[in-house]
Amino acid sequence: MKKLFRKSTFRLILYAALLYTLVILLSQVIPAGDGFVLNNYFMIIINISLVYVILATSLNLINGITGQFSIGHMGFAAIGAYVSGTLTTLIWKLIPGSLTATSLFIVALLIGGICAAIVGFLIGMPALRMKGDYLAIVTLGFGEIIRTIINNIDYVGGPRGLLGIPQLSNFTIIFIIALLTVMVLRYLVFSSHGRAMLSIREDATAADLVGVNITKYKVWAFVIGAFFAGVGGGLLAHMIQLAHPTQYGFYASFLVLIVVYIGGMGSMTGSIIAAFILTFLEKYILPMVLPMIGLGVEWRMVIYAVLLIIIMIYRPEGLMSREAKFMIPEDH
Amino acid sequence: MRTARVLLIFALITGLVFFGVSCGGGTTTTTPTTQPPTTQPPAKDIIIGVVAPLTGDSATFGKSTQEGAELAVAEWNAKGGINGSQIVLKMADDKSDPTEGAAGITRLIEQEKIVGEIGTVQSKVSLAIAPILQAKKIPMISPTSTNEKVTLVGDFIFRACFIDNFQGVVGAAFAYDNLKLTKAACLFDVGNDYTKGLAENFRDAFIKLGGEIVGFEAHPTGATDFNAQLTKIIAAGPELLYLSDYYNDVGLICKQARALGYTGFFLGSDVWDSPVLVEVGGDAVEGGFFTNHFSKDDTRPEVQAFVKDYTAKFGAPPDALAALAYDAANLMFDAINRAKSTDGTAIRDALKVANFKAVSGTIKFDANRNPIKAAVIIENKGGQQTYKATVQP
Amino acid sequence: MDLTTFFQQLVNGLQLGSIYALIALGYTMVYGIIKLINFAHGDFLMVGAYAVYFFATFILAFTNAIPPIILFILCLIVSLAAGALIAELSNCLTYKPLRYRPRLSALITAVGVSMFLEYFFASLPFIGPSFRAFPDIIKQVSFVVGGVYLNNIQLLDIGLAIVLMILLTFIVNRTMTGKAMRAVSQDKDAARLMGINIERTITFTFLIGGALAGAAGILMAMTYPRIFPYMGILPGLKAFVAAVLGGIGNIPGAMLGGFLLGIAEIYATSYNSLLGEGIAFAILILVLLFRPQGLLGEKQSEKV
Repeated sequence: MKKLFRKSTFRLILYAALLYTLVILLSQVIPAGDGFVLNNYFMIIINISLVYVILATSLNLINGITGQFSIGHMGFAAIGAYVSGTLTTLIWKLIPGSLTATSLFIVALLIGGICAAIVGFLIGMPALRMKGDYLAIVTLGFGEIIRTIINNIDYVGGPRGLLGIPQLSNFTIIFIIALLTVMVLRYLVFSSHGRAMLSIREDATAADLVGVNITKYKVWAFVIGAFFAGVGGGLLAHMIQLAHPTQYGFYASFLVLIVVYIGGMGSMTGSIIAAFILTFLEKYILPMVLPMIGLGVEWRMVIYAVLLIIIMIYRPEGLMSREAKFMIPEDH
Repeated sequence: MRTARVLLIFALITGLVFFGVSCGGGTTTTTPTTQPPTTQPPAKDIIIGVVAPLTGDSATFGKSTQEGAELAVAEWNAKGGINGSQIVLKMADDKSDPTEGAAGITRLIEQEKIVGEIGTVQSKVSLAIAPILQAKKIPMISPTSTNEKVTLVGDFIFRACFIDNFQGVVGAAFAYDNLKLTKAACLFDVGNDYTKGLAENFRDAFIKLGGEIVGFEAHPTGATDFNAQLTKIIAAGPELLYLSDYYNDVGLICKQARALGYTGFFLGSDVWDSPVLVEVGGDAVEGGFFTNHFSKDDTRPEVQAFVKDYTAKFGAPPDALAALAYDAANLMFDAINRAKSTDGTAIRDALKVANFKAVSGTIKFDANRNPIKAAVIIENKGGQQTYKATVQP
Repeated sequence: MDLTTFFQQLVNGLQLGSIYALIALGYTMVYGIIKLINFAHGDFLMVGAYAVYFFATFILAFTNAIPPIILFILCLIVSLAAGALIAELSNCLTYKPLRYRPRLSALITAVGVSMFLEYFFASLPFIGPSFRAFPDIIKQVSFVVGGVYLNNIQLLDIGLAIVLMILLTFIVNRTMTGKAMRAVSQDKDAARLMGINIERTITFTFLIGGALAGAAGILMAMTYPRIFPYMGILPGLKAFVAAVLGGIGNIPGAMLGGFLLGIAEIYATSYNSLLGEGIAFAILILVLLFRPQGLLGEKQSEKV
């Protein structure tokens, strides 16, 4: 426990608190025109970025730190979204605003995350026996199977999607959960467990020979990664107030993968930065810039793809090849 | 040193935020040197948002919706606008995806400051954007979303078309009473609430009339090969195949059904309304029927005027979606005109009592803000849509 | 299910399977030689289909006098060329620079190429994301044999697929280039030591794989005459499963896997409409769990 509360942790929390205060000031205190400096649309983008931080860092644990090839990550998010959504909308019928509602919401998110973690366990087990490329396709397939199953459950809306989810997410909740995710994952990565996972990435056979329990760590990577993905999915669903099977298909998973890759495999700061940059790019900057040069908004996906290819060829390590200084604890 | 770094990062972030904001975020007084596309319009314009699938697998519907709305805008603006203010349309592409629709409508509300919304086409997306508009008290008129649940979201949500439990009944009645058929089968897209709901509505209505459903098969979204399901269905000997699918799929389904030896009738719904149906289906869809909101052969003067103006402006005759979008837009403008205000609640109240002579029929709203209107049956004869019958509610 | 229906579904399955087989062949060849799952392979199919769309529309706009068979052969050549070209272009521009980098990079890049092709075609103003009807190159004619309905396009699919496969087997087993391909897929470094030009062999593999995808494209477009930029995604994915089923890297395996998957999908769908969708992935997982080397593949032992 000593490791959890050292100077570097407080430093991280300080930065986070500053950022939080800044955003709150700009969005609710400092006026501009007939609203505030950061209007609702901006806040949505910030919230989506934060959710992507959660999704990307959790995927980074599986792909970047432990070196597995998981490309169906949104399947876990789907489970988290649907389970938590079902609880808050169909079973408890929560109405946002009260403390009870928010507490129950957190409980629902946790349950959603745990369910996703269970599925992560189920996927992690066969994953042990598969080499990289096959694992990629299996995780992709699982993502699709989860989506198909949800599509056929009429109770949660089937192809209609789960509608009318109460808007229990807000900036504060998402921010805090994102911060907690980063802190937990950071703690994990810089612990002996993290070292074990890194060794699996570097050379699994050697790690096995040295005595690292590969099975345990590979499965743990999936379980923990899936848990946070489930929480992230739940947060997203409660923000846009709906969960629909099409949102969790393979292209959604690839978007998360792109964030992780451009940020830098294995670097959490990279995932955080890339999550923000790419969300802003896709939802704000490109829709604004493209019409200016005469191209329709649909070209932004083309630009994304080209960007990905260029980064892959010329800077494969992504933005951050190593963790940022403020993330690394003193004794590393 | 560390404090300095913290302050530096703080300053950097603040700088970035202000940069981003000045390029169109809030309405600040810092003037950017480049002209951002979302400049604050002169206070007099009335800004109406349109959400439609401009890209994706219903792109022809999105295009028709946009064109129908644009025609209405052009006509009103030519007559001096609404109470002296010109109407400006702002588009958002929902790509047939609920999340995109939700993000698009939020952008329209927050950035473009729309006072009313027209759209969208597909029920699954309308269901996603309706709660947002309801919460913001901005009236929404969906031209073509036929799923019952859409208007149940709230009292600011209206639609310009009939709903699916009516459309299914109309289809069943036509098959049983007009065509005198007693054995039917359905094939639909399992991943689309519209096609699934409509197939179920037809089935229930047909059985109630005394008919028999000999096959009820689904296919996954995006399938191109329906041979397996069709072989199974055809073996049961149906006289009619009810296909609630979109025009893209129906063309293929009919072709494959004929190739497998099916000689019976095809009956479909309003999503057959696209020239692509004949392009893909060719001879197979010849003689097929479908229920629709509008026929360009309708002899009513407002219909003929609309068809003429639309063809002149866009180079091709309008389909039902264009007609409904035109109607939805006119409904909206008429309401704003009568309310003499752009306040959402005032527009909503004006819409509630609307009695509008639209191209697709006279529109009066019931308690759930659904119009009580007739449906038409269209026959695909000689590769052209020809009017067959009208069915009153 | 009575006998007629059984045979009808069998024919349906063979038709579907022939297209899967053609695509699977390309997948398996590329994987065999550079151990890359080319996610963009399904999109090469799409490029082939669009190339023929423009070519055929252009020709048919001028004249109706060309006999369908000739027109078809011309279109086939166009599709083969288009598929081969786009495959080699992807190889040259994007996969080659990554040849000696970690496999994950190439995998992600393949995803990038796939996304690029799809969205680029969807954004081009003269193509657009909507469906387009494919022109009738050969008119579909149905006939009955023993209660089972067949049609000429169906037979064309199956027939052409088999012809191309025989051609491919010939190239791989009886020519020097084919030998080089087999050598490189077995052991790249040893092949280089034997004087084989690796890059040229890889180029050749991509050309052939791409051409096969192009052929699959024109056949698919003729059988299901509706094309759109995303038409290659699902067939590509299923064909990959077919390749794995047969044994990835194994050419006869890809053919077998393709037909088997097509038949399995049809029978699954006839039993329950929705089973067909999941059957491909179910097969994938079963194969990977119980026989990862596929039906015809060799067991790969992990050397320590």
